[in-house]
Amino acid sequence: MTVNGEERSLDLDPRTSLLDALRDDLRLTGTKKGCDHGQCGACTVLVNGRRINSCLTLAAMHDGDEITTIEGLGAEDNLNELQAAFVECDGFQCGYCTPGQIMSATGMLNEAAEGMPSHVSADLNDGVDLSDAEIAERMSGNLCRCSAYPFIRKAISSVATKEAAE
Amino acid sequence: MNKHLKMDAPQPRVLDETRQGILGKGISRTEGPKKVSGSATYAGDNHPDGMAHGVLLRAGITKGKVTGFDESAAQKIDGYVGLFHGPKFIRNNAQGMADEAPVQPDCEVHYHSQPIGLVVAETFEAARDAALAIKVSYDEEGALVDPKSAPQEDQGGPDVGDLEADMGRADVTVDEIYTTEAQVSAAMELHGSVAQWNDGKLLLQSSLQMLKFNRNEIADSLGIDPENVRILAPYVGGGFGSKLGIGADAVSAAIAARDLGRPVRVIMPRQTVFDAVLRRTETEQRVRLGARSDGTITSIGHDDLVSNLEGEGFAEPTSQASQFLYAAPNRKMQQTVSRNHRTPSGSVRAPGEAVGMLGLEVAMDELAERLGMCPVKLRLQNVPERDPDSGVPFTAHSLTEALKRGAQEFGWKDRKANGARREGEWLIGMGVASAARKNMLLPAKARVTLDGDKAVVETDMTDIGTGSYTIFAQITAEALGLPIENVEVRLADTDYPEASGSGGSFGASSTGSAVFLACQSIREEIAAKCGANDFTLKDGQVTAGGKTTALSDLLDAPLSAVGEIEKGQTSEDHLSSGFGAHFAEVAVNEVSGEVRVRRMLGVFGAGRILNEKTAKSQLVGGMIWGIGAALTEEAAHDPRTGHIITRDLANYHVASHADVPEQIDTILLEERDDYANPIQAKGVGELGISGAGAAVLNAIYNACGVRVRSFPATPDKVMAGLDAM
Repeated sequence: MTVNGEERSLDLDPRTSLLDALRDDLRLTGTKKGCDHGQCGACTVLVNGRRINSCLTLAAMHDGDEITTIEGLGAEDNLNELQAAFVECDGFQCGYCTPGQIMSATGMLNEAAEGMPSHVSADLNDGVDLSDAEIAERMSGNLCRCSAYPFIRKAISSVATKEAAE
Repeated sequence: MNKHLKMDAPQPRVLDETRQGILGKGISRTEGPKKVSGSATYAGDNHPDGMAHGVLLRAGITKGKVTGFDESAAQKIDGYVGLFHGPKFIRNNAQGMADEAPVQPDCEVHYHSQPIGLVVAETFEAARDAALAIKVSYDEEGALVDPKSAPQEDQGGPDVGDLEADMGRADVTVDEIYTTEAQVSAAMELHGSVAQWNDGKLLLQSSLQMLKFNRNEIADSLGIDPENVRILAPYVGGGFGSKLGIGADAVSAAIAARDLGRPVRVIMPRQTVFDAVLRRTETEQRVRLGARSDGTITSIGHDDLVSNLEGEGFAEPTSQASQFLYAAPNRKMQQTVSRNHRTPSGSVRAPGEAVGMLGLEVAMDELAERLGMCPVKLRLQNVPERDPDSGVPFTAHSLTEALKRGAQEFGWKDRKANGARREGEWLIGMGVASAARKNMLLPAKARVTLDGDKAVVETDMTDIGTGSYTIFAQITAEALGLPIENVEVRLADTDYPEASGSGGSFGASSTGSAVFLACQSIREEIAAKCGANDFTLKDGQVTAGGKTTALSDLLDAPLSAVGEIEKGQTSEDHLSSGFGAHFAEVAVNEVSGEVRVRRMLGVFGAGRILNEKTAKSQLVGGMIWGIGAALTEEAAHDPRTGHIITRDLANYHVASHADVPEQIDTILLEERDDYANPIQAKGVGELGISGAGAAVLNAIYNACGVRVRSFPATPDKVMAGLDAM
């Protein structure tokens, strides 16, 4: 599979989840384990551009896939717009759920740009206006026990607004 | 040059005179770029060469003895390394500040799913499989798991005046039972440790909050000298009390790593965190309030029944805030502890206030209702002049201002009669509650080294999301007149001076004071070098006697000092507490009983605010915990075994994005607490949760007239109330 643009070949125990392969075999520990049951979202990565819980899928199922993790967005000294917005808006405290929140938001912004409606969308065919309620609904798979939720959404909203203006 | 201060007298506001202008500013977290790029390393991210993987084996019974382990099936698993168990294994996490080993029950089992051994293998997958393959045999004994029928211990409590007699005389009374279910910290980072030994010394990378205590706890558990233990915890993925003391992950990893001569990692699965990490007890609270018809409260009673396992010294201090929040001549608060075999209980964010203020502040709403009085006015009328129990004066006390300011900013005057505001099938209401969280000062040390115009701070303090990295840099930059970029903060290494640790909202003000004192010592040396007592420090330059010199020119060698703080007389002759007021607006669906929080406002007085941005984040986080406590959080126990049934994040409902409104605001009142510590700051980490849930619960009553007294107020309970009307 390709991880953050780099082709990687792994020989794994077939029981290895994509999450454990990333963390333990590729040593990409930015992706976090919070529950191992798809309940918290801390392990969210992009697979072929779509966000998924990497704990709920086996690495062996991703032969040839393109994986993007938090390390693939922007490094500490070269943050992308969304990462920088999280810092500016204080969209985290302990930082543990943060890579998952950012990867989920990245996937979510793509979904919205493609016009995918959510449970709270007033119209299924009328495009997506990323209001706070829309972002909250679409981000509810990502728990944050520090409860930085309002600040996470402010960060996402600031990037969404900028993208919409462009 | 070191500086030690025992807090025996109020201290001058030095940090109001300094010129850098960085303290208090809402600057972004200095470690933020590491956290948003995935490069901050938490305990479980460490992967030393040759590391083996451990999975905790847990008891399948509630009480009894382990009589044997059958490893035969596990031994057939590829990569199986071995099973570890024995008298050094601990029963549960150490309580906060225990400073010694927790109970080591050897082969005894005292609660369901207690860790009883560690299975180690070459890979996580093999270890997990092997843990399931090991057959454990037991001698099972009967266990009491119901707090009501298990043996109970009377723990006493304040008893002043004559509550019973006054309740008989009072014009208006409230005498109600409120219950809360068990709760858990549920920090997002799983509890985990990586242990490795070198020359008889243990290096432990673990998710912990209070390293100086943790070092002694692990050393005592293993029977080794604390000098031979070094703990690192540079990033901790939330704690909320759950990581105050060492856990089975740390002890078992250390035992296995020593035996195997290779590093071992043990990370508890989420279910094990629910089973084996200290929970918050369920509570049953009887709150009694008596008042004259003019709203003057004459009696406050707050009795509680909590539970814990035998041998655990902790009992949720449920009535802590009730003891000083309102004035009343007759006061009685009796605590009873049930000794049963549920998962043991311990500190979860704001132990005491988080659940006790649900009972007290809902009772206050009931009293206001029965008096026909505005709930804000009732609270304002009963703010005490002095601590009602001890009679000592309060330090800075902002409850009155918080209630008034909050009522005004929130639009409290638009609050309607119960059930009078409707939008379709939604009924809308507002609620209020006071906030209070006692402030503490713990012994702490920190070292600051100034080299030219660059400073380094070193202390074993942790940053568990609380902003330690950032605020210590701000304190140092402010006190030494440096650009914030010139301050490096190194934390959470037991080789550094011993800090307070993170807990009880005392971390920032205690260890922050130690950082400030170290800076003070350096300032005194700078003054001596300038030959002037009157000087200013700004942007790496010192100005004295009309002359400005760069610090790098003034200092020919680095200056280093350790600052040390401890509490003194001021904590005896004054009561220091954070205060505040919560306001909530909710919508209750009259068809489904669903409650949606629409907006919240918290107004707080917490002394000097060290960083406006991170302080607000912590307070808002606490308020959101209040939403969880009021509406969703419930660790349910199996009535047969005491085992927690809601033992994952799909069944235990912490607030999610969708539960939290866009409008959840805070106002920080300008305050200095001169008696608290030399930086005049108080804690904010727990003040936000204290009372928050009660504002939500009181808003439900205003919305629809249903008074829920069994928390959380889930839709079934709200519906039952609506049906009965």
